[in-house]
Amino acid sequence: MKKNYGTAYAAPQALWLTVFFAAPLLIIIAYSFLKKGLYGGVELEFSLRAYTDMANPTLLRVALKTLWVSLAATVATILIALPCGYSVARSQNQAIRLFLVIVPFWTNFLVRIYAWIAILGNEGFLNQALRFLGFRPEGYQFLYNQGAVILVLVYMYLPYAILPLFSTIDKFDFTLLEAARDLGASRMQSYIKVMLPNIRGGVVTAVLFTFIPIFGAYAVPLLIGGKDSYMLGNVIADQVTKTRNWPLAAAISMTVTLITAIAVFLFALKKPKEHLEVADVDPASIGHDLLVSKVRVKTMHKKGGER
Amino acid sequence: MKGSDVAVSSVSKSFGAFAALKDVSLEIQKGEFFSLLGPSGCGKTTLLRVIAGFEDPDAGSVKIDGAEVTGLSPDKRHCNTVFQSYALFPHLTVFENVAFPLRIKKTPARLVKELVFKHLSLVQLEAHANKKPSQLSGGQKQRVAIARALINEPSVLLLDEPLSALDAKLRQHMLMELDAIHDKVGITFIYVTHDQQEALSVSDRIAVMNAGLVLQVGSPQQIYENPASEFVARFIGETNIFQGPVLSRHGTLTTLEAEGCGTILVDDETIANVGDRITATIRPEKIRISNEIPAADNINIVRGIVEEPVYSGFQTKYIVRTEGGARLTIFRQHAAWSEGIPDIEWKDKVYLSFSARDLVIVERDKG
Ligand SMILES: Nc1ncnc2c1ncn2[C@@H]1O[C@H](COP(=O)(O)OP(=O)(O)O)[C@@H](O)[C@H]1O
Ligand SMILES: [Mg+2]
Repeated sequence: MKKNYGTAYAAPQALWLTVFFAAPLLIIIAYSFLKKGLYGGVELEFSLRAYTDMANPTLLRVALKTLWVSLAATVATILIALPCGYSVARSQNQAIRLFLVIVPFWTNFLVRIYAWIAILGNEGFLNQALRFLGFRPEGYQFLYNQGAVILVLVYMYLPYAILPLFSTIDKFDFTLLEAARDLGASRMQSYIKVMLPNIRGGVVTAVLFTFIPIFGAYAVPLLIGGKDSYMLGNVIADQVTKTRNWPLAAAISMTVTLITAIAVFLFALKKPKEHLEVADVDPASIGHDLLVSKVRVKTMHKKGGER
Repeated sequence: MKGSDVAVSSVSKSFGAFAALKDVSLEIQKGEFFSLLGPSGCGKTTLLRVIAGFEDPDAGSVKIDGAEVTGLSPDKRHCNTVFQSYALFPHLTVFENVAFPLRIKKTPARLVKELVFKHLSLVQLEAHANKKPSQLSGGQKQRVAIARALINEPSVLLLDEPLSALDAKLRQHMLMELDAIHDKVGITFIYVTHDQQEALSVSDRIAVMNAGLVLQVGSPQQIYENPASEFVARFIGETNIFQGPVLSRHGTLTTLEAEGCGTILVDDETIANVGDRITATIRPEKIRISNEIPAADNINIVRGIVEEPVYSGFQTKYIVRTEGGARLTIFRQHAAWSEGIPDIEWKDKVYLSFSARDLVIVERDKG
């Protein structure tokens, strides 16, 4: 009999996940059922107060807006990422184009947000350029609104969508597009009726990779958005740092995590089998990524937030 | 119904500095089974793609059904392609693959069903309508691809080495089936292949290509019996080549001093002058091999030694080294009449005899 080393190989990963993923998650779950401390923190006393506190119209409004912004940004990201991924896959020099997609990752997230402020600000490059071209001398207010938030979110998560789309499109047999054209389909029809169904797995992955982190966005709405651009991530952070209601912050985090996890699970289950093969993505890892990103938001907030 | 169905006029196509097609012209008749035959890389696929509309020619034009189609996209041309890799849509069932062109045209559902089953029955696949392509064998995928390409009732069907992915036995079978389908639907087939046997056995006419050029167009018999160049002669079947200067000429009778074979008499339409260097060819089955000196006039006789007899049941192939050092190939059929002939074996001294009329002059360089 061949000895099975699988368990041994998996052990470090299991340990890692337990310590850095399961443990923080358990702490958050525990906090959500405790009584709020006077100056932040918690008291060791069971309470459902955090969950009853969640049922308030302000929070619901922010939740709905977060959902709307996330959906809009995700749709825009995918629509831009599809042609990008396609052009990388069909390019003669894939390596160079892939490199260009990945380059932004070398710069810190916050630095890139500030770069956008430098572009869109009242005295930013864009306004200066417009002024130079003879437009309104007092400039335009590009920043601090919903549109700016969506724009920067799309920019931030574009690579996360392009990469999985590229990798599935790269495996796609482009002869199928020619066959479709040959059989009477227009160019657009060939993409929609033949390519899209065959790269569905990549699209699903791209949607999850963008929607989930955008849903938990914190820094972009804080720095780019106005007061009305607040998203759930900002509410959670405020509960930790300003209002100092840690159990409520934990309860909101838990609820969001749970709802998203269930949604992802159903989404993944719905995928037909053959598309799973194409996707090269383990649905479990998608769910896991979601949870990790939630926890990351949470822990970063505790440190004062770098996102 | 007669008339040219596909006309390719002076088409050239380059990829970078590489010329894949050089001034190619072809006229293909309505309903013809027309083959493009040539070695790998000679530009067959490129020519097919120019006709289908996947490549725009750098120069020249393409007409289908008398209408200029150069520059039109593939969906606007009345021809369909059977791809070498089949290119079946993996996410659709056999039924939906075949129905695809009809769905694009928004054909009513009832008519779709009727037409799809009509075409599936043409390729005997009704029973597999609900399978996905991944559940089919190579031959079945091939049939789906054919049914799908025919459902729009194109006036031309383009087939790019459709049998190359099948094993030898299935290939023979599918070839006969293709021929039967061609008879049934009666449209023009343009069939790309690098296999001369395939092309000879089903084509009405063949265009032999090499290095981006069309070298010869003709019926299988013309191509085989009357090759226009040494390349065609060598590419189609096996052949023997005689090269040397012309010694004398009387009418169509040319005497040539062939290297390694002595004087050879050729009776061919091609006129060569004394002093020209010519190349003549003869097929191996047209050479008689015997132990005794053959008694006949107006016949070429070359003496040699059997270097290699290759027995293969229905025939024996002899490789004979002539006294002058040339090597010739001879096929001898094992028909009933030859049973009385004494067996010819390895190292035997033999006489090779052949008629002047069976030789063809394929090259002629002015002396
Ligand atoms: N898109 C292309 N880019 C560059 N070279 C090509 C392209 N398509 C074909 N070629 C070249 O053109 C030549 C003819 O190709 P092809 O028509 O496919 O030959 P065949 O089908 O006879 O084997 C080959 O040398 C091939 O490398
Ligand atoms: Mg080819």
